[in-house]
Amino acid sequence: MKYGLKKLVALIITVFVVSFLSFLAFSVISGDAAQSKLGTEATKEQVEALREEMGLDEPVFTRYGTWICNILKGDFGISYRYNIPVKDMIKDRIPIMIALVGMSFLFVVTISIPVGIFCASYKSSWLDQGICIVNQIMMAVPSFFIGMILTFIFGLILRWFTPGAYVAISRDPIGFFLYLIPPSIAMAIPKTAMAIKILRSAILSQMDMDYVRTAYSRGNTKYQVLYHHVLRNALMPTITFGAMVLIDLVANSVIMEQVFSIPGLGNLLITSISSRDYPVVQFIIIFIATFVIITNFLVDFLYGKIDPRVRVKK
Amino acid sequence: MRQKQKNQLVIGMGIALFLFLLFLLSIFYTPFDPDMMNAKEKLVAPSFQHIFGTDQFGRDICSRVLKGLGTTFIIALSTVSIGAIVGVVLGAVTGYFGGWMDEICMRINDVIIAFPNILLVLIFISVLGVGQNNMILALSIVFIPSFSRMTRSEFLTHRDMDYVKSARLMGVSHFRILFVHILPNTVPTILSMLAIGFNNAILAEAGMSYLGLGVQPPTPSLGRMLAESQIYLATAPWIAIFPGMAIVLLALSFSMISEGLSKGGRS
Repeated sequence: MKYGLKKLVALIITVFVVSFLSFLAFSVISGDAAQSKLGTEATKEQVEALREEMGLDEPVFTRYGTWICNILKGDFGISYRYNIPVKDMIKDRIPIMIALVGMSFLFVVTISIPVGIFCASYKSSWLDQGICIVNQIMMAVPSFFIGMILTFIFGLILRWFTPGAYVAISRDPIGFFLYLIPPSIAMAIPKTAMAIKILRSAILSQMDMDYVRTAYSRGNTKYQVLYHHVLRNALMPTITFGAMVLIDLVANSVIMEQVFSIPGLGNLLITSISSRDYPVVQFIIIFIATFVIITNFLVDFLYGKIDPRVRVKK
Repeated sequence: MRQKQKNQLVIGMGIALFLFLLFLLSIFYTPFDPDMMNAKEKLVAPSFQHIFGTDQFGRDICSRVLKGLGTTFIIALSTVSIGAIVGVVLGAVTGYFGGWMDEICMRINDVIIAFPNILLVLIFISVLGVGQNNMILALSIVFIPSFSRMTRSEFLTHRDMDYVKSARLMGVSHFRILFVHILPNTVPTILSMLAIGFNNAILAEAGMSYLGLGVQPPTPSLGRMLAESQIYLATAPWIAIFPGMAIVLLALSFSMISEGLSKGGRS
């Protein structure tokens, strides 16, 4: 329990440090948020008045304090560009991102685990070698290019879906999920290749261990050794990798949403960066950063739970 | 296993060298002017005259891919070298001397490494502003932690080895030990890191330019070409295929080199 508590404190500190740094970064550049909001034609007095109204004349720490308090209260600020609360802009977009990333993660897990185990147990067979080569190539393909290839083959030639015709979940839930299948596969392919490679080498490195030899010597078959002894140990390093994949998928969804014109969180992030809508950018970044930090925390925590050695070492 | 790794290294280097020669060639010669628009030859399919076809403005894709390759090479080279130099020096100093500075650097590294490259670059670009130089700066900063972490662990193990101790006894300065005695021993690790760095830089650059946040027109960029080709995918798929293939080949060559250089790799 002490281990968990220590990690939790570290988690909270990290979230605050990261949020402060990003606040600092954005308040330095948007130092003249008032100016950028009013445009270049505003008079000095107008800018000063707005600065005061927005609270920009106060010291950074006070502003950070009010800002973080507002966020904790659920008030995420107001968009410079649209003049509506950031909360209203993101609330429909977050579920879209979660659905996209979730589906993609599901593809990675369901494909990579069986294939990884297969490759390791038939090591050096022609099929294993073939998969290794395909893996190597797939890892080098940017996911947005895979997305375009899928659009071309399945959208334009086979006409299984209409490219760019995004279906809102409120209108047709089934159509919504169907539309998300190609982008989630496109995001999943490079990650699946990586996951297969990691799992395969994790299993193979376990196969050399003494306990495997002992298990064989007691008359276990290859399958018993693999499934009852090796897999448990080999999956351990894969948990960290799984978390990494999940985080990477979130980042990749920013690009993939552009490819398939999905109005998700990433789409909003890109348009807000281009139009310098800092309150929106700032919130989305804090949101994703918090997600990353919490995921890493959960992995650390899980590790400590599964493997007691980790708790002692730290 | 060894043989296979060697093959990978040779093939990877071969592809990279070939692309690099193409890049050198493109400085002096391209089949057409990459920026020349030709209203009469819009969206022409690959033929003998335009081997990769032409785009929506009638520009020759082959020439643009060659120039785009150059842009990617230069960006990857500058980001990786900045990231590597700063990262290696930082890792060397912190690993060798240790202490509270090392502790702080490690903590910061841990936080940065936890975030995916694309996301970090997006954060930096939203702070610094959109553009090619800002992207190079952002990518370089993002690559520092991975270099410094690896170098640090290498220097940490070498620090207590006998050859370093005896060098100290002979009165060799810390600076000389760091960069003349230990550094050459870490070259294999650094080389393999460089190859991975190139691979990541190429993919990240392509992604950022695709989003329109990296290289700005009129500079030809592979990622940007892909983004612009998307609306013509149905009528002129060649606009997308060739730049895409160029990115894949470039990234693949460096990932094969890094595979070939990594010691104890099992695949």
